[in-house]
Parts: sequence; structure tokens; C-alpha cells
Amino acid sequence: MLKFTTDHEWLRLDGEVATVGITDFAQDKLGDLVFVELPKTGTKLKKGDAAAVVESVKAASDVYAPVAGEVVEVNAKVGGDPSLVNSAATGEGWLFKMKIADAKELDTLLDEEAYRATLG
Amino acid sequence: MAQASTLKRTPLYALHVRLGGRMTPFAGYEMPVQYPTGIIKEHTHTRTAAGLFDVSHMGQIAIRPHSGRLTDAALALETLVGADILALAQGRQRYALFTNATGGILDDLMVANLGDHLRLVVNAACKEADAAHLTTYLSATCNIDPLQDRALLALQGPAAEAVLAALAPEVRSMRFMDVRVLRLLGATCVVSRSGYTGEDGFEISIAAAAAEALCDVLLQDNTVRPAGLGARDSLRLEAGLCLYGSDLDTSTTPVEAALEWAIGKPRRTGGARAGGFPGAEVVLRQIDHGAARRRVGLRPQGRAPVRGGAALFGAADAAAPIGTVTSGGFAISLGVPIAMGYVPSEAAKAGTELFAELRGARQAMQVCDLPFVPLSYKR
Repeated sequence: MLKFTTDHEWLRLDGEVATVGITDFAQDKLGDLVFVELPKTGTKLKKGDAAAVVESVKAASDVYAPVAGEVVEVNAKVGGDPSLVNSAATGEGWLFKMKIADAKELDTLLDEEAYRATLG
Repeated sequence: MAQASTLKRTPLYALHVRLGGRMTPFAGYEMPVQYPTGIIKEHTHTRTAAGLFDVSHMGQIAIRPHSGRLTDAALALETLVGADILALAQGRQRYALFTNATGGILDDLMVANLGDHLRLVVNAACKEADAAHLTTYLSATCNIDPLQDRALLALQGPAAEAVLAALAPEVRSMRFMDVRVLRLLGATCVVSRSGYTGEDGFEISIAAAAAEALCDVLLQDNTVRPAGLGARDSLRLEAGLCLYGSDLDTSTTPVEAALEWAIGKPRRTGGARAGGFPGAEVVLRQIDHGAARRRVGLRPQGRAPVRGGAALFGAADAAAPIGTVTSGGFAISLGVPIAMGYVPSEAAKAGTELFAELRGARQAMQVCDLPFVPLSYKR
């Protein structure tokens, strides 16, 4: 299942583990990324907590946890090559994976159609 | 009801839109921060080939002496800047600083001697204040004319000479900081061999009506690509060049800013025309005895950029900051973060270890020499 936030994060759920990244719209808006700061594995996040930072040439932007959970894996490739988030935001450019705390929180997220509608 | 935009547009606005420029407000103008290529490619292309920038938002001001003698205009301008304008030969350009009564910098600018007048290029955000400043103090002896119908382009990079020489072969004989009046595609232009990137290149003043056609011709050469303000900023930072409003402001003096070279020798203590500009007492004293702080290059020791506004500390656990980062970003040509900031003069030596506050933690920084990349001026 693929879900979205109004802050341009996507979440792909596979059993109990959710993969999180930023949307293609977000990477395009940010421009060329030069640095990504990922959370440490084991970090416990609440929905809306600042989880990661993506930096473009011009500015830093926070990436927020779409739902509560514990970080179980981060994408080491993206740390070494931030441009991966630009070229493959919804695929290889994923940021981190988390074991979600409460499946019901997913209901607060947008489906793809509703997310696209927010883009105007 | 839709709000009408109050932002101004340069003569090249239509071109920017046509090229897919991502427009952003800057100094009251709608300017392209990047094109679809993106800042990284625009930056790299300027260092390896030629980038074309629209800088028409900047102010171009002509100063004409009422007497008809240019030395009168030069001496008049010297009452506002510490540069040696009298020695500026016809066809030459020089960097200068408007200072205030306490030696703080009001703006940084270029001054060119065009024979019968001086031509100033000033920052966009300061151009109205600069024109008013010049009018207040110089109008008794000079006519101050902010030029309204001129565009300004910057063609920068190792390929710039070959590209421009195809239109005007005489540019090959120009060296860094030369200024010539020449014709490009039939339009009379003022061309200087200068720029804000650290690369060889030219700045071209052309009538607004002729600007788009010139850009189209320059862009036909596929070694030339358009570049926006994002790349302009990342290029100048790598070159260690100051941005007024970030690295320079009324609280920074020329010596603190490591720009004492912009105060000409005859204007210093013991010189033939010592002082005689606003804040000269402070500036000359600092040249003679040093200033308490200095602008330096900084290298964050991790991969994270440290941006302007970050506080600097002498130790990881120090309570009180000793300086500030004034510009920071990512050096695209080097693949590492870089910054500039002000530190106490004792800490201004290359290799000094400092700490910047970044997202609540202390990031190790090292003072380093400027520029970060080698400069390629044709001297």
C-alpha cells in the first residue's frame, strides 16, 4: 500500500515495515540535493517528528515521520549520493524504513489520488 | 481576484520563461534561480565551458563631471570610496566600497573609467540608495545618471573568450578588468573582462531592446548554457567572493572583511590623498593596527553544509559564540561543504579549529585560505 502526506513524504507498507521517502514533486521543487542526514536505526519517532534532513544547494528541508514507529534501516546509498533522491525519489532514493507502531495511523494519510489533488 | 505582481522584470524575463527558468523574487525582481538543467549542472558548465547569466537587476550608474574633466569626477567619487579612482586609467575597472561614517560598508561595486564618464555597477538591492548617496554628495560637481534602459549580462567560463570573439575579435586582447566600448550584433556595448565566478569571462552592458537577441545568438553556440542565480551564488562562494547583505553590511569594515586591498595606497596613512572618505579614520587605523575580527574561509569537517547565520565557537562545549558564519553552502566543484564567516583575528589563521552550531549540535570547522578553487583571471 502506498500512502502520502501533505508534506510530500510517501510511505510504502510491507507487513509491519514502512519504507519512507520524499515524492517526485518534492525533489523537483527542492532542486539538486547535495546532502542527506538520515536518522539512526533504533530511533523512535512520533507522527510528524523531524526524521531526516534533505539539503539542496540552496537550503535544508526537514523530512517528517508520516506515522509513529521505530527506524529499522536507513538507505546508506543516499548518504553517499544525494542525487539518487532526485533521480529516483520513489524507488532507489528511499530514505529510511520503520517498524510502524499503530497501523490505524495509516488512515490519517492520503492515497495517491488525494495527494495529487493537493498539488493543484 | 488575482494579485498583480509587484515584482520588476529585467529585459530578459521573456527569455527566462522561454528557457524554462524557475522564477523567484530577488531584490524586487523576478529572476531565474535555475533552469531545467539544475544548479549543479549550471555551476559545473560555467567552470568547464561557458555560463550566461542575466544580471540586469543590478544598477548601472553613469557619473559625468560638470566640468568635462574626468579627474573632477574621480576626485568627487573618492569622497565616498577609499579606492584610488584618480589612477584608474581609461578602459580600466576597479572594485570599490561605499563606506559610512563608522567605516561600515554600504555597498560593494565596480567603477569603470569610460573616458568622459565613470560607469558604476552596484548591487540590485542597494541601487536606489547608492544613487541617492551619489546625488546627495556629488551633484554639485557631477551629473548622476542611473541608466534605465540597459541590460547586463555575464558570460563566464573558460570558453567565454572564444564565444564572444566570434562576435567581436577584439575581446581577445582584453585582460582582466579591462573595459571596452564595442559593437555586438550592431549594438553598442560596454564590455568588461570581469565577473563574479572566479572564471575568466565578460560582463556586457547592452541596450535593453537588444539584449534578448544577443542572448539568443550566444546561446546558439552550444558551449554556452544559461545559468541562474543559484549557480551564481555557488560559484562566487567557491571563489571566496563576498555577497553584500550576507558577508558585507554596515557592521563590517573593509579591513574586517579582508578587503583592505580595495583601499588604494594613496588613500592610506601617509598617502598623497590619505583619508577623505566616510569612516576613513576607522579604516586607516585598522589598516595600520589591525581589526578585531576578520572574514575567513571555513571548511565544515563533515558532509553537512553549514549556512549563513550559524554561530561559531572556539570549543565544542564553549558557551559563548566567538563569530558567525555569513555564507555557506556546498562546493559543487569540490564535492564538500564550504563557508565564510567572521572570527576573532587571533583565530583567523588557516588550520584553526572552530565549531559551528548546526541543528543543535556542534560541527567541527576548520579555517582555510580563500579562494576555495583556483581563480582563472586573464591577467
